[in-house]
Amino acid sequence: MGMAIDRDDTQFHVLAVDDSLIDRKLIERLLKTSSFQVTAVDSGSKALEFLGLNNNDADDDEEDEQRDSNTESVSSDEDQDHQDLGLGVNLIITDYCMPGMTGYDLLKKIKKSSSFKDIPVVIMSSENIPSRISRCLEDGAEEFLLKPVQLSDVNKLRPHLVKGRSKDIDSSHKTTSTRLITSGN
Amino acid sequence: MDLAALKTQLKNFVQSMFEEGVLDNQFSQIQALQDSTNPNFVEEVITLFCNDAERIINEINRNLGYQNVDFSNLDSYVHQLKGSSSSIGANRLKLACANLRQASDERNKEGCLQALQLITCEYCLLRRKFQALLHLERSIVELETNQK
Repeated sequence: MGMAIDRDDTQFHVLAVDDSLIDRKLIERLLKTSSFQVTAVDSGSKALEFLGLNNNDADDDEEDEQRDSNTESVSSDEDQDHQDLGLGVNLIITDYCMPGMTGYDLLKKIKKSSSFKDIPVVIMSSENIPSRISRCLEDGAEEFLLKPVQLSDVNKLRPHLVKGRSKDIDSSHKTTSTRLITSGN
Repeated sequence: MDLAALKTQLKNFVQSMFEEGVLDNQFSQIQALQDSTNPNFVEEVITLFCNDAERIINEINRNLGYQNVDFSNLDSYVHQLKGSSSSIGANRLKLACANLRQASDERNKEGCLQALQLITCEYCLLRRKFQALLHLERSIVELETNQK
């Protein structure tokens, strides 16, 4: 209630995950150039940490979600409010090949989480392997981008973010229908 | 040299790198991301890249020095270097990585050593050219700053 934010100007927040320093720098710049707010981390586990998901129980754990977790990151018990204020994460873009947890592993964990399964996930890879691509898309990734990622690729992301946000608002503010997203192009 | 002349020199220099296949279009993408809010972006990316590439080349060297080469470890390093090269638009270096990947897949140590030589060669060439490029960039920035 009472949020006079003009949706068109509210920045979308993208969580970027890549173990390569150069690629992180590039994706961050690409996203910022496109007016996204960016948080870049170097591993799947750091991504889960940022979201407030414990690595071990990234599926449906109500208690985990209520608990105030990491101090700097967005705690998941406030994530509905934070999503509205634009502090929550609106899209996750992750590299596929990473040591430890791959981008695909991360995708699976996000999709298993009740709080975060609706966040669009985009996968990037330097390798054009059709079976890899279809597996990611089948398991819930919105897009699969081939590296090196370019500005034109980043521009493709916006519709996914808008869709994600309206689903969000729908479920949390059913009474304020007049304020619903119309920032759809 | 005046500002316009310097800028032309830089443009021609980068163009020659494209023509030689040392750089590809991805580098233009990186240049396009540099603006007044991020005036040092190209330099930052180049610096990151060079540090990373040198680290990896040294690691590959070290790995190939062992009697029993750990090829899967090697594979991981090649993948990283190929990825970085691709991200910055270092075309010839990226292609040289493919050679090493191939030799590594074949578990061919001798082949790997040869491929590494080529990689080292390409990297040194690239680094020299990047240094010249950055020198030009800095001169331009200096002139622009002085003119303000």
